[in-house]
Amino acid sequence: MNSTLDEVVRRPSEWLRGVGPMHDVVISTRIRLARNLRGYRFLPRASNETREEISELVLAAVRRSAVLKDLIHIDVDRLDELDRMLLVERHLISRQHADGTGARGVVFQPNEAASIMINEEDHLRIQVMRSGLQVEAAWEEIDAIDDSLEQQVDFEFHPQYGYLTACPTNVGTGIRVSVMLHLPALRLTNELEKVGHAARDLKLAVRGVHGEGTEALGDFFQISNQITLGRSEAEIVDDFARVVIPKIVDYEYAAREALLKNRLAAVDDKVWRAVGVLKNARLISSSEAMQYLSHVRMGLHTRRLTGIDLQTLNELFLQVQPAHLQKLHGQRLSGEQRSIERAAFIRARLSTN
Amino acid sequence: MGLCERCKKAKATFHLTNIERSGARAERHLCDKCAAEEGLLQTAKATVDLNELLESFVASSKAGGADLTGLVCDQCGISYVEFRNQGLLGCANDYEAFKEQIARLLERTHDGATHHTGKTPRSLGTANKPQHDIRRLKRQLDEAVAAEDYERAADLRDRIRALEGA
Repeated sequence: MNSTLDEVVRRPSEWLRGVGPMHDVVISTRIRLARNLRGYRFLPRASNETREEISELVLAAVRRSAVLKDLIHIDVDRLDELDRMLLVERHLISRQHADGTGARGVVFQPNEAASIMINEEDHLRIQVMRSGLQVEAAWEEIDAIDDSLEQQVDFEFHPQYGYLTACPTNVGTGIRVSVMLHLPALRLTNELEKVGHAARDLKLAVRGVHGEGTEALGDFFQISNQITLGRSEAEIVDDFARVVIPKIVDYEYAAREALLKNRLAAVDDKVWRAVGVLKNARLISSSEAMQYLSHVRMGLHTRRLTGIDLQTLNELFLQVQPAHLQKLHGQRLSGEQRSIERAAFIRARLSTN
Repeated sequence: MGLCERCKKAKATFHLTNIERSGARAERHLCDKCAAEEGLLQTAKATVDLNELLESFVASSKAGGADLTGLVCDQCGISYVEFRNQGLLGCANDYEAFKEQIARLLERTHDGATHHTGKTPRSLGTANKPQHDIRRLKRQLDEAVAAEDYERAADLRDRIRALEGA
């Protein structure tokens, strides 16, 4: 196991702090930029020597960047499966990057707010992640990182199509904005289709927590843009910051209010059952844990529940995931052992605060 | 990855979550063959995916008589058919090598857009900047007119004229 990651696992990611605008509904804001070095083949046609060369060039560029500081570099190709999963759970790399082959890596700031995947689908995938709804701030930060890298290397840029990417669906700005939302009340009131409509109006996609092809776990949903050509970064950012997300957040607030007004006992029941299970279960799967943690989070934000520290709760969302659990335990565990260990871990965390 | 819940032999490659109006959810995990036999593949086709889009372009191009099998990028060696199958390009030159096909694909996947209107690398200076701005402003002008916001439309029109005059 990678010793750097042994330290990483013990601290919460900056973006999970549960602060920032609308943090009771918006978990995090993430922006990703796809970039490719000029004069090098895209990765599907690159030899491993080329991949290594790209990797070296990118690492040299990020080390000279005036914006990025104190970066941690992880050679993903040399990691074992557990450590790769750990990075996926922390949103530092994608599943695709974890499962990929050949020279590839990731660099990130110690607080994990900014990171760069090297040799994923494109040569670089720059990422900035922030707590709460902070699309504009995240854009300013990633724009500055992009500028600082452009002073070191040239990116493929086409006069008509903009930044060129291996997959034509990302061409143009190469930007993907993803906002992660916690929508327990809309789920309880069966109004999730409102979210779909609001997103579809602006051609945005709604997905589960870990992106493409994943299920929504514990009432968490991710909204992201699909169109990268023909709209500027500022316009895309604006769609999220001023149009879609505030609208969905208002739907969730209204649903929470309606629940508290009309179905208070049902809300309290959900919340307190969740507390009961989490404080007493002897076997619990990660999806079950996520669902109950979600209800506890709703209880804290609707003030139907006190006495559980929000920071502890936010950390638990990460720590109950399979790779985190095993890293914290210090050894690999089978499925059932994980459920036992997870239940014990949650009981211990919740009994001390 | 689990096995198909119907035949319990092949790998389940087809995943469908049905959410009823009541909010009840029903999940299905099937192999392609069983999904087809249950008539579910039609449902899945409703979601646009890149490969499907590519298939339809190839089909429409073929209908027009063009044979794309010989279309190959002379720089990275990738053929159009390979690109169609994997969904990823081999090098920047492919955008020129498969120019027509890519142009149509981009229009379909990016809501009719044909030109980048966002950030330009600093190293390129401001050469492309006014063109980008004009395109963006023209689209905003269309939106303002559609929304009957004539004050904003007039403002946008003036800005476009100023840029075009410059």
